[in-house]
Amino acid sequence: MAEHMMNRRRAIGVAAGMLGGAVLNGQETPAPPAAPADPSSTPGLPSGALGVRSPFEAPALTPVGVTSGASLSPLQSLAGTITPSDLHFQRHHNGIAVIDPQRYALTIHGMVERPRVFSLEDLKRFPSVTRTCFIECSGNGRSAYRTPKATMTPQDVDGLTSNSEWTGVPVSTLLREVGVKPGVAWMLAEGGDAARLSRSIPMHKMLDDALIAYAQNGEAVRMPNGYPARLLLPGYEGNANIKWIRRLKAIDQPNMSRDETSKYTDPLPDGTARQFSFVMDAKSIITSPTYPMQLSSHGWWPVTGIAWTGRGRITRVDVSTNGGQTWTEAELVGSVLPMAHTRFRLMWRWDGGSARLMSRAVDETGYVQPTLETFRRVRGAGTDYHFNAIRTWRVEPDGHVLFEG
Amino acid sequence: MRPSTLILGAALLGCRVEQRPPARFDLGRPATAADIAPIDIDVNPAGVGLPAGQGTYDQGAHVYAAKCAACHGVNGEGNGPNPRLVGAEPRAGFPFGKDFKIPKTVGNYWPYATTLYDYVHRAMPLPAPGSLTSDETYAVVAYLLAENEVVPRTAVMDAETLPKVQMPARSHFVPDDRTGGQLFR
Repeated sequence: MAEHMMNRRRAIGVAAGMLGGAVLNGQETPAPPAAPADPSSTPGLPSGALGVRSPFEAPALTPVGVTSGASLSPLQSLAGTITPSDLHFQRHHNGIAVIDPQRYALTIHGMVERPRVFSLEDLKRFPSVTRTCFIECSGNGRSAYRTPKATMTPQDVDGLTSNSEWTGVPVSTLLREVGVKPGVAWMLAEGGDAARLSRSIPMHKMLDDALIAYAQNGEAVRMPNGYPARLLLPGYEGNANIKWIRRLKAIDQPNMSRDETSKYTDPLPDGTARQFSFVMDAKSIITSPTYPMQLSSHGWWPVTGIAWTGRGRITRVDVSTNGGQTWTEAELVGSVLPMAHTRFRLMWRWDGGSARLMSRAVDETGYVQPTLETFRRVRGAGTDYHFNAIRTWRVEPDGHVLFEG
Repeated sequence: MRPSTLILGAALLGCRVEQRPPARFDLGRPATAADIAPIDIDVNPAGVGLPAGQGTYDQGAHVYAAKCAACHGVNGEGNGPNPRLVGAEPRAGFPFGKDFKIPKTVGNYWPYATTLYDYVHRAMPLPAPGSLTSDETYAVVAYLLAENEVVPRTAVMDAETLPKVQMPARSHFVPDDRTGGQLFR
């Protein structure tokens, strides 16, 4: 008994040291974990109040900026399609709002018959909808487009997209409560954060599939993702999915908010700027093998990644290993849901030579993810959002993988 | 059909009718003017939402120096993530799609003057959003529009004049024409 207690105490001590080290040292330099030589011969750790990651795993966001910043999701560390909630990308315009759920209110007003205020409890009493969909910042891929570097990871290239199961109340349900007046064509959605971020959303989207989401992957929405409730517009650019949502105002014309005029518009080479470009077009990115991987030996490797489209389902992903000279249809792994990340994979035999890996998504409208050359020609070098061109990864003869653009 | 079957059937039907969700649940509570007024801060291009008050270039220069210059620069030149605000050039061509290095300013890219009021009043200054009075906001809007050579320095901005300001970039904005399908736009 005494010996058992000793062992147990030692095991707990080791565990505490491991975890403490990991936390204290931060995600950059996790402490080298101490695992028993034979974990099957000594009792494991005590039960915990939270399931923690193995100290051997340290996926992390890469935050850029402070109060007006973005944190990119480690796409190369993820499998399947669901983004773990603490690894969901973040983008906020004046810090992460801290909101007391008891004091939270969603007000719906403007051109409605019965303006109403809903508490969080009210929202949860309505029939809910649960669906999986991606949210992608429309600026995703900007630095890879403008200033590509060989040492960019998938996280650096396209880390501003994430995929969650969301639960919430359809906006259409709430609009029945308030009664929309004739002439309403838009709804202004506004956050309760310090940016009071506001966007005009077309009424047809609000009636179609918009949600006020209060749960993410089975629990309350994470604070950086809009706790306690956010607008979810499947397939629309992230910025329009207003987090910390405090009001919806029925209006007859768009508000022309900052983020739908001076930002989140697409200047084009013909001297125009495209406005209200909400839908995220089909896109894909290989997440492995990618920088900073080095293929350790010749033989079979999975070329895998994610594909998504704001216009419905992904119908096909093609992979090229020779820089786009020939393409092979990849396997779509697991569920293929509308407006959701879809996992693709092609088994590839690496013979030790150099290779150029590319993926090309096709969606149910027949849209084909454009080449970088086509994208540059049509959208121009100066365009600001919706960077969905095909990405290329170069495999060197020594197995190193580099980002090519 | 035997009477007992009918009664059972009616009871089941009755049960179903009672449980069917209604078109409205009457959850939440009516929003009062006191609920709406503090958050109803948006201003649209027609000027709906603009409050009483006014401001001039000279007043705005003081507000700008005190509340804006620390981040956006003494002359609105911007600093790192804090965008440049002032710059009338380029006056023609709208070449932003060809070169991302051309700074987008109030004068060369913002299509609506009312947006400036909406945004400054809503979200600026970053450390204390919403802290500017209506007069201060009109003043800093007058200052920025004049610095961008959109209005003269003598212009007074208020709920009447601001929606009438024509922004140079206005005609360049077009609606989204992407539709999916095979044509890449």
